[in-house]
Order: sequence, then structure tokens, then C-alpha cells
Amino acid sequence: MEWGLLLQLLVNGLIVGALYGVVAMSFVLIYKASQVVNFAQGEFLLVGAWACWWLITYLQLPFWLAFPMCLAFMTLFGIMLQVVVLRPLIGEPVISVIMATVGLSIFFQALMKWMFGVFAQPFPPIFTTDRVSLLGLEVQSVYLLSLGLSACIMLGFWWFFTYSKHGLAMRATAFDQQVAQSLGVSVPRVFAMSWAISAVVSAVAGVVVGVVSGVSSGLSFYGIKVFPAVILGGLDSIVGAMLGGIIVGVMENMAQYVDSQWLNWGNMINIAPFYALVLILLIKPYGLFGTKNIERV
Amino acid sequence: MPGDPILEAEGVSLRFGGVRALTDVSFAVRAGEVFSIIGPNGAGKTSMVNCVSGRYRPTEGRIRFEGQDITRLPTNRRAALGLGRTFQNLALFGHMSVLDNIMVGRHHLMGAGFLRGMVHWIGGARQEELRHRAAVEEIIDFLEIQHVRKAPAGTLSYGLRKRVELARAVALRPKLILLDEPMAGMNLEEKEDMARFILDLNQEWGMTVLMIEHDMGVVMDISHRVMVLDFGRRIAEGSPDEVMADPHVKKAYLGELDDEAA
Repeated sequence: MEWGLLLQLLVNGLIVGALYGVVAMSFVLIYKASQVVNFAQGEFLLVGAWACWWLITYLQLPFWLAFPMCLAFMTLFGIMLQVVVLRPLIGEPVISVIMATVGLSIFFQALMKWMFGVFAQPFPPIFTTDRVSLLGLEVQSVYLLSLGLSACIMLGFWWFFTYSKHGLAMRATAFDQQVAQSLGVSVPRVFAMSWAISAVVSAVAGVVVGVVSGVSSGLSFYGIKVFPAVILGGLDSIVGAMLGGIIVGVMENMAQYVDSQWLNWGNMINIAPFYALVLILLIKPYGLFGTKNIERV
Repeated sequence: MPGDPILEAEGVSLRFGGVRALTDVSFAVRAGEVFSIIGPNGAGKTSMVNCVSGRYRPTEGRIRFEGQDITRLPTNRRAALGLGRTFQNLALFGHMSVLDNIMVGRHHLMGAGFLRGMVHWIGGARQEELRHRAAVEEIIDFLEIQHVRKAPAGTLSYGLRKRVELARAVALRPKLILLDEPMAGMNLEEKEDMARFILDLNQEWGMTVLMIEHDMGVVMDISHRVMVLDFGRRIAEGSPDEVMADPHVKKAYLGELDDEAA
């Protein structure tokens, strides 16, 4: 047993898992508000990361300026997607809407490759100190930033849904659109808002991952990793998505440890979450926190 | 006491394919009155209320609220104009607390937008929230649901849930409140409570009430005027006494009910 490696992987799992949790939360946000299963969630990370990278390398903007600008862009991006692509599909069969999001996913992957090439591009260094030592563990400072940002986003979600007028309107819309409307809530606006928030939050995750390992189309794999996380937590539970993400992050790193120590099958880190996904669907198909009679697609 | 018309329906027809839910229905609700729509099952009462609240768009005809044509206005905009409603089948947000359910009703009255809400403490959103809380507490006191204000709405008894739904509609501070069978499935005591709340809303809070109800006793007791629908057509309108005496009504509706009641 290598305790150092185990601990390091555990910390990695927590950090990556928090990011999964953030992306999963933004996935669930869209599902809850507008009942759309968004297969293009990973492309939100991709587009956000490339946008930020472009602002920094081409326009030579400092990070503290480029990052908010990127988020502003993502707000518009999310609203545009909802208004142009998804609003006309309201009332269409679920499968059509899913196909549209799959199409969006392929489209944006290709567009990003066309615009920025197929090679991973590193972010210019953002922090003066690359690594910090924390309780005897070497941690990249961007990982600390990532953990902090994830925590802030999670707190932000909690505050938004518990205390803000729009969060309340969103919860009401998720329950019953007709009733929410009769109480003065504009449902189209809630939909657009949910897509905007989802795009922004995913872009934050995208930028963080981009800073750590460079920006490439591999980022959109996070959109697929989201599925084990949300299925584990329950498709319509924000808290569940957050916990599901953390569990998946820790689990895949633990699987990696087990694999490297004893099994030597290789690539467990990528596959373990999906084994778990299949198991969960067999045993507890509505997840840890989800609504029991939820419709599966 | 009743004044100018607050709600006017002119020649409203509603068709779903070949089914005629409403045919050329006209009526006017005067400000300050309790106006009831009665009729046998399937007569189009709920369809009429849905046309007023915006859930359905009439195929023909217009609906005016305070003189403004609202026939094509989206539902949420009607709520902002002062039209509140409850539903025939309970439609509470089951997992949300009673307090949150009622707070949703304040949605259009809360001015603080997303950004101002973010800067909670300097934008005045906090004071605003406190004001809304006070208004909500007043409604909670009025409807006597203090003891359940933190409970998830889905866990309450049927009568209480109906009351919370009424509270949520009242929180809009509507000028006209649409009640779709507020007493369906209630026992005598609950019905008496509900009738008292409706009268208080009308007399003390100055809300105009448009109500659908099956319990003829209650309808005739608390309504100023009554309209009778049958097969989607208006067959009578007037004070409860006039309507009771109308031969068409007796034939279409009350005749059957009299046998039951006797």
C-alpha cells in the first residue's frame, strides 16, 4: 500500500469531483427547469474555455478581465441557444429535443476544431506560484482555485434557489408550468435564464480544466462524465448532482489506485464511473435523491 | 355596492377540433361583486375560467379586464395586471414550504431583479424581502394557517391545502380572483370556513370574486350574481333568486338537483 499515492488520488478525486459536481448541477438545472436532457453540456465547457483562451492569447487581455468577459459571452450564448434552437422545440417529443442537443454537441465540437485546431493549447501561466504545499501535499494552485470556485458556485446555487425571487420562480416552474404562469412567472424567461446560468457555470469549470491541462476537445468529455454523476444523485436533484459529482470523482481515482496497485487492467479511471452508472440503473434507477416516478429516456 | 364592469367577456367561443366547449358566451363581472358560474358537469365552466386566466385562447370573442383587451395576453402578464386564480385540482408546489408557496405569488410584485438580488445587502432587496414577508404573514393570519407555515405543502390535509392555494392566489394582491371549485370535496365545516374567507376577501379586502362551485347552497348564499352555463351556452344570468326561478335553469340543472336535495 502506498499511502502517499492514495492520499494524493483522494485529494485529486475531491477536486475533480467538485468540478463534475458543478457541471452536473448545471445539467440538472436545465433538466429541472425545462425538462431538456442536454447532451451538449460538455460543449459549454469547451466553448467557454476556448472563448477565455482566445481573449487571453489573441486580445492579450489579463486573466482577471478575460474571465468575466468570457462569462458575459457565455450568458448570451446560453440565452441564444435556448431562444434560437430549443424554444421552437417546446412541446415536441422528448426524442426530438434530445436529438437537437446531440446535434448541438457535434456542431460545436466541429466548430471549435475548425476555429482553433485539433491540438491542445495551453493557457498562459496565470498564477505566479505554480504549486503550493498544503498539509504536506503538493497541490497545484489552480486546483485550489478550482476547489474554491466550486464551493462558491455551490453556495451560490443554494442561495439562489432558497432566497432569490428567480430561484423561487424556477422551482415553481419545475413543479408546474401552468400554475407558475398563473402566479405571474414568465416561463420562457425562466427557461432562458436556466440555460444562461448553466452555460456560465459550465464555462467556469471549462476554464479551470483548461488552465490545468490545456484547452482541447477532450474537455467535452466532462459532458459525458456528468451522466454517472446525475444518475447517481437523481436526475432532478441539484444537491444529488453535487454529491454525485464528488462521489464519481473520488470513485474514479480510487478505481485508478486499485487498478495501478493490483489489477493492471488499465484505463479504469475513465471506465469505472460507467460501470457504476450501469449498477445504479439496475439497483436504484431514480438515484439517491431523485423523484421516484421520473421518466427515463 | 358593485360598480363598473371589471371583467367583460364578449361572444367568447372555444372549440377543440370539432368539440364546442363554449359557444358565444358573454357576461360582465362588476367590480366588488361575487359572481358565480354554475352548470352541470361538462357545461364549460372551467373552460370559461381558463379563457379568462389565459390557459386557453378563445377561438372567437374578446375578453376585457378593466377595459383593456387581454384576449391574447400571456398568462403571466395577466397575473401582473391583477388576475389571480386557484385550480380545480390542487396545484400546490408539494415539496416547497407553505411560506415559499405563498412567496411565489409575490413574484410579480418583487421589483428586485437578478443583479440587485445578488447584492442583497446594498440593493434594498433585503428590506423589500422583509416587506413581502410581512404581507405574506398578514395573509397567513387571515387564512388561519399560521401553524403550518413551515411545513411542506404536500404533507397537509386536503382542506388546508385548499386554503394554502387560496393564500397563494391572494398573495398576488389580485383585483379579481378566479376560484375554480374552492369547496370541492370539503366537509361542511371546511365549506363554512371557506365561504367565510371568500366573503371576507370580497368585503374587507375589496377583491372581486369570480367563482365556479357545485354546492348550490353556498353559491346562492354568497353570490351577488350567478350565470348558468349548459352545453357551453349561457342559459341564464341574474341574482340568485332570479336564476333559481328561471325555467331554463330548472330544466337544465336545478330540476335534477332538487330531486337529489329532497
